Amino acid sequence: MSAYRRLDVTEVGDVTVVNFRDQKIIEDLRIQELGQELFQLVEGEKRKKLVLNFATVDFLSSAALGKLITLDKKVKANNGVLKLCNIRPEIYEVFAITKLNRLFDIRRDEGDALAAF
Amino acid sequence: MSDSQWIWQCDQVIPSRPEASREVQEAILAELERLKWPEHDVFGVRLALEEALINAIKHGNHYDPAKHVQIRCGICKDLVRVEIEDQGKGFDPASVPDPTDPENLESPCGRGIMLMRSFMSRVEFNETGNRVILEKTMTPPEQASE
Repeated sequence: MSAYRRLDVTEVGDVTVVNFRDQKIIEDLRIQELGQELFQLVEGEKRKKLVLNFATVDFLSSAALGKLITLDKKVKANNGVLKLCNIRPEIYEVFAITKLNRLFDIRRDEGDALAAF
Repeated sequence: MSDSQWIWQCDQVIPSRPEASREVQEAILAELERLKWPEHDVFGVRLALEEALINAIKHGNHYDPAKHVQIRCGICKDLVRVEIEDQGKGFDPASVPDPTDPENLESPCGRGIMLMRSFMSRVEFNETGNRVILEKTMTPPEQASE
């Protein structure tokens, strides 16, 4: 049984690839759980190379962006690297409007993200 | 609002719990989809609704079970208008820092109003700051397909 309720976690070599189980990343409680699970990967399991694959996500709110920012800080504090991929155009627009496309390393797809390590 | 202009309306009061806003959000979005609004517009309305309702519940009412949020919505062929009012003290929208400012970029919050303004045609707060009007004019089909 998976240890994670909100995430599907796999390994490709020494890179941890995370897919999301929720199509819509909204609702305080789910976002809190999601955040805790992502942070556990970095702080608890000390994973240093992370790819977040948004292929299954068709919507997310600004609260979810907040969790990603906090995750990015934790990854960097752990001397790790975080990449995002498969972000659909409307969600990428949200990153661009908020200028978070400058903060995060966003790749077109999982292959591109993995090749960039 | 003048009732006669709307194809669809709702007027609901919900408790200060995020999950309580889900049904009315989905009803509004379902009506836009029924009227064949462009996908990008529906995405934008969904985002603005989510941000405004969470603001009302979390920042306005502080999740107080004794407080509620009122949602009034009117939809016609090419316009959606939503009024969201909480029972909080209000705030000054102009006092919210620019989240794209380099010093704020890594702040985990403060982007909701900016996103509302980016995706909606009009966002207007009352003087107290506890009521917001969101309006979106449908993107014409020829522009939506670009």
